[in-house]
Amino acid sequence: MTTSTSLVYLIALPLAGAAILLLAGRRADKWGHLLGTAMSASSFGVGLYQLMLMLDRPTEQRPIGQKLFEWINVGEFKVDAGLLLDQLSICFVLLITGVGTLIHIYSISYMSHDKDRRRFFAYLNLFIAAMLLLVLGDSYLNLYVGWEGVGLASYLLIGFWNQKPAYATASKKAFVMNRIGDMGLSFAIMIAFATMGTVSFAGVQEHAHHASEAALTGMGIMLLVAAAGKSAQFPLQAWLGDAMAGPTPVSALIHAATMVTAGVYLITRSNFVFDAAPTAQLLVVIVGAITLMFGALIGTAKDDIKKALAASTMSQIGYMILAAGLGPVGYAFAIMHLLTHGFFKAGMFLGAGSVMHGMNDEVNMRKYGALRKFMPITFVTFGLGYLAILGVPPFAGFYSKDMIIETAFNAGGAKGIILGVTTLIGAAITAFYMTRVMILTFTGTKRWDDDAHPHESPWLMWLPMAVLAIGSVSSGFLLSRGDALENWLHPLFDHHAEHEAHLFEPIVVSAMALTMVAIGVAIAFVKYARQEVSSVAPENVSIFTKIARQDLMQDRFNEAVFMRPGQALTTTLVAADDAVIDGAVRGVGQVAMGSGSALRGLQNGYVRSYAAMILVGAIALIGAIWVVVQ
Amino acid sequence: MTFTAPVLSYTLLSPILILLGGALIGVLVEAFVSKALRPVVQLTLTLGTLMLSLFQVWRIRGEQSLTPAMGSLVIDGPAVLLQGSILVIAIISIFLIADTEHFTPLAAALPGSAEEREAAQAGNQVTEVYPLTLFAVSGMMIFPIASDLIMLFVALEMLSLPLYLMAGLSRRRRLASQESALKYFLLGSFASAFFLFGAAYLYGFSGSITFAGIRESVIGGSGNDVLLLIGMAFLSIGLLFKVGAVPFHSWSPDVYQGAPTPITAFMAAATKVAAFGAMLRIFYTVFANAEWSWTPIISAIAIISMLLGSLVAISQRDVKRMLAYSSIAHAGFLLSGIIALNKAGLDATIFYLFAYGVATVGGFAVVTLVRDSSGEVTDLNRWKGLGKRSPFAASAFALFLLAFAGIPLTSGFIGKFSIFSAAYENGATAVVITGVLSSAIAAFFYIRVIVLMFFTDAVEDGTAVEIPSILTRATVVISAVITLVLGIYPAPVLDFITDLAIFIR
Repeated sequence: MTTSTSLVYLIALPLAGAAILLLAGRRADKWGHLLGTAMSASSFGVGLYQLMLMLDRPTEQRPIGQKLFEWINVGEFKVDAGLLLDQLSICFVLLITGVGTLIHIYSISYMSHDKDRRRFFAYLNLFIAAMLLLVLGDSYLNLYVGWEGVGLASYLLIGFWNQKPAYATASKKAFVMNRIGDMGLSFAIMIAFATMGTVSFAGVQEHAHHASEAALTGMGIMLLVAAAGKSAQFPLQAWLGDAMAGPTPVSALIHAATMVTAGVYLITRSNFVFDAAPTAQLLVVIVGAITLMFGALIGTAKDDIKKALAASTMSQIGYMILAAGLGPVGYAFAIMHLLTHGFFKAGMFLGAGSVMHGMNDEVNMRKYGALRKFMPITFVTFGLGYLAILGVPPFAGFYSKDMIIETAFNAGGAKGIILGVTTLIGAAITAFYMTRVMILTFTGTKRWDDDAHPHESPWLMWLPMAVLAIGSVSSGFLLSRGDALENWLHPLFDHHAEHEAHLFEPIVVSAMALTMVAIGVAIAFVKYARQEVSSVAPENVSIFTKIARQDLMQDRFNEAVFMRPGQALTTTLVAADDAVIDGAVRGVGQVAMGSGSALRGLQNGYVRSYAAMILVGAIALIGAIWVVVQ
Repeated sequence: MTFTAPVLSYTLLSPILILLGGALIGVLVEAFVSKALRPVVQLTLTLGTLMLSLFQVWRIRGEQSLTPAMGSLVIDGPAVLLQGSILVIAIISIFLIADTEHFTPLAAALPGSAEEREAAQAGNQVTEVYPLTLFAVSGMMIFPIASDLIMLFVALEMLSLPLYLMAGLSRRRRLASQESALKYFLLGSFASAFFLFGAAYLYGFSGSITFAGIRESVIGGSGNDVLLLIGMAFLSIGLLFKVGAVPFHSWSPDVYQGAPTPITAFMAAATKVAAFGAMLRIFYTVFANAEWSWTPIISAIAIISMLLGSLVAISQRDVKRMLAYSSIAHAGFLLSGIIALNKAGLDATIFYLFAYGVATVGGFAVVTLVRDSSGEVTDLNRWKGLGKRSPFAASAFALFLLAFAGIPLTSGFIGKFSIFSAAYENGATAVVITGVLSSAIAAFFYIRVIVLMFFTDAVEDGTAVEIPSILTRATVVISAVITLVLGIYPAPVLDFITDLAIFIR
């Protein structure tokens, strides 16, 4: 593989930004946000340059690497800190730095009234650096460093306003649930090392052919646990809604466009593991399918605009995971949906932020209404994102989501039918809740509080929204024209079993999908546009709505199944620890102290006693020698 | 009778000659430079001398010679490493010594007398401490490279006499300080007598005073073994006294407590390096072939030193006494490196000596920072809550304690790990098990101090406050950095030691 010396700058620039901003302290308050944005933008520049270089190289020479230093070298275990830039990681690099830079620009204005804006930009830069390390690491261990780094950045940013206890709790919840996923990743690394003796992607890919299927299945399941934790997939999904406590740009960047898609990256990157472990692959599909329905159902009942969008994110990532679980035919579509979703979901989150900015940080959509006239730009950009997520042609989501639905149907047999129908119903529900969001926010009558004075946001905020809206409109078309992305990623995946018979023609799938979307839109229209919307959430709702409002009981489930038994276990362990282990330690301590005090008596301060002691010692020494010699 | 001029290898001896020259100039400075200028001149002179000497040590690092001074001294890898360690420790200790607070204005005056008050009011300082330090350092430099018994004894006295004096120079608690100096002197003389007695027996055994001659007799097995064993035992008493191993340790808590803290720091760190350096050379070369006779005894001494040091340290209420007992325990740990009697043991002991010495100077430097109106506060009860009031002092002290306890990411861990594994290789299982056990006991009281500093609320009379002083801070920071670097990335230093540490015979 060709080596490069410039890959490190991708990460080093934002990392330097974070370091400078954190170390310089208040001195950097005046220019900190500009430096942070510049660092992110320069990293994007390096990414673009690398893309141009990569396009110039013939296909087989496209991946390049850089060895940074020998990291671990203990006996058989040797890991270099190395970077790998190939067709897959370049997509992520550009998404992370591109969208990241736009969100930096947006935050300059959005956070301008916050006295800790510099710290915010430092964390954003830290996140960009960690996320780039995650997608550029050339081994699972290097990826793990980035993986933990983004977890840290996410924790810091969710709890950015940690003066509010609820927000601090939310960040803790996200952190703890992510730990479960991280544990999965560490187990996967251990399995890889124990069975294959290597943790690098190239090494595992090479050895995957000879490894036992049981080991690969175990590793695959552990990777799936990791992906579920980071990407808020069932059953580790509960933290994402609470993560909306962070400032809205954070929700757009970390909890919509980039970090939460790390699970999709992990599964796609580990294609060689999953392709050789059908059981694990099937579990991936199942998790994806459950989550896409789960998220969509939660989305229908949320009145908090950010939580509705978060539920939607969960659901859309479910689509990606599902596609990634379909094997070589699905990887490219998973990545395509990931990229298009990065545009339209980030755009919509920024739109939500813009609305909140104009409405005194109100997040309850029942207190919005008729904002179209006051925020025309926000309305248009949000609307374009809306059309994209629905999958209306020719917007971005149409290309990516239709391909996933089509591939799901083509999975064959009952599995294909079940997955296809699930994705179709998911599309209908998506259409329903997104239309609901649009209607509640932008049309209908005013339901604002008296002190709200909605206004359009400044240009620093709407410019990034506009750029993302352009992406929402065009990215799907550009990426799928002539199967551009599919061909681009093609060399990375193993294609021996592709192209089974089509169950439906693509045009039929599109027609079915559009019909389902139309049904979803129509129901939402009847329910919310034709009737007056109450500014308080109605109480006499069906049991299903109640359950959906409580995030399908996810927290209660976690409390009953994990938290309470966990607490009981902890209490028992603490008691045992106090009685047995601490008891032993205290016992040893007391015995030691007792004998220490007794021995202290020898130290009486008289030189004559000391000299006597030396003499006794000398005699003992001679005696001992006598014994040895005899 | 004709006089034959000795043939000296001046380059190889230059580190020692530079030190002696610097010390002599220091004496002249005392006589001819005005009182006001003396502190600055002496500090500059001493630091310059030490640096120059260290530079010379660095330059001769690859050299080996059995005859730099007519066969009385030997220069080889371990010699250079030990001399370098002693100089580094001396340099960081000098910053501490340079802090004026610690020494009496007039050493000759009776404690509490009018003369003493006058001297204090006149702002006198005992700058004699600088040349004394240089003399002591010269002795320490010769001690581990001596290759005959006479030279060894001369070096022993050369390093001891200045230390006896310096122990009595404390500004506060004059009586305790003088008492400790006298105790140190009396017991030191007692131990020296044993040492000489042993040397005489060894001469009787081999008919030679050179290490090479004694070694030949040991290998040849021609001599009287009883003479050898008694000689070896009594010589060891002199050396074990200097390192403070049980049962020859009784002076150390009193002297550590009574001496001015900078002197305690210097003495605890540098004397250990010198004395263990000499022991390494003697046991690894001269007595190596009589291993059967001394290993059980040294093992027993190591075991009781580790246990007694750790156990008694627990019940100490005074921070300096606690560190004294901790140093007794460390003498035990270091003895397991002697018992190892292999290359790994040699490397590990040298590394341990350097790492422990630096951490010790750092630890005592922190002790000098914690003061109230009447001087240093060494009562541990008054260190409660120090973490809140002076986080710098408390966290640095915590770091050094963790290093003493051998917690990973500090130099202490690497040192303990390598020294115990070397001893284990040689089958000294009992020593290693006791070592690990007493490390656990020791961790108890080290961590108790950390808890005291960080997790206990300050008591009413906890008036201990830190008086920042640039020089002392430099000592603390340098020691902390070395302790951390040796703990996190020890590979270059370990490799350097492994490459150099080979005794020539």
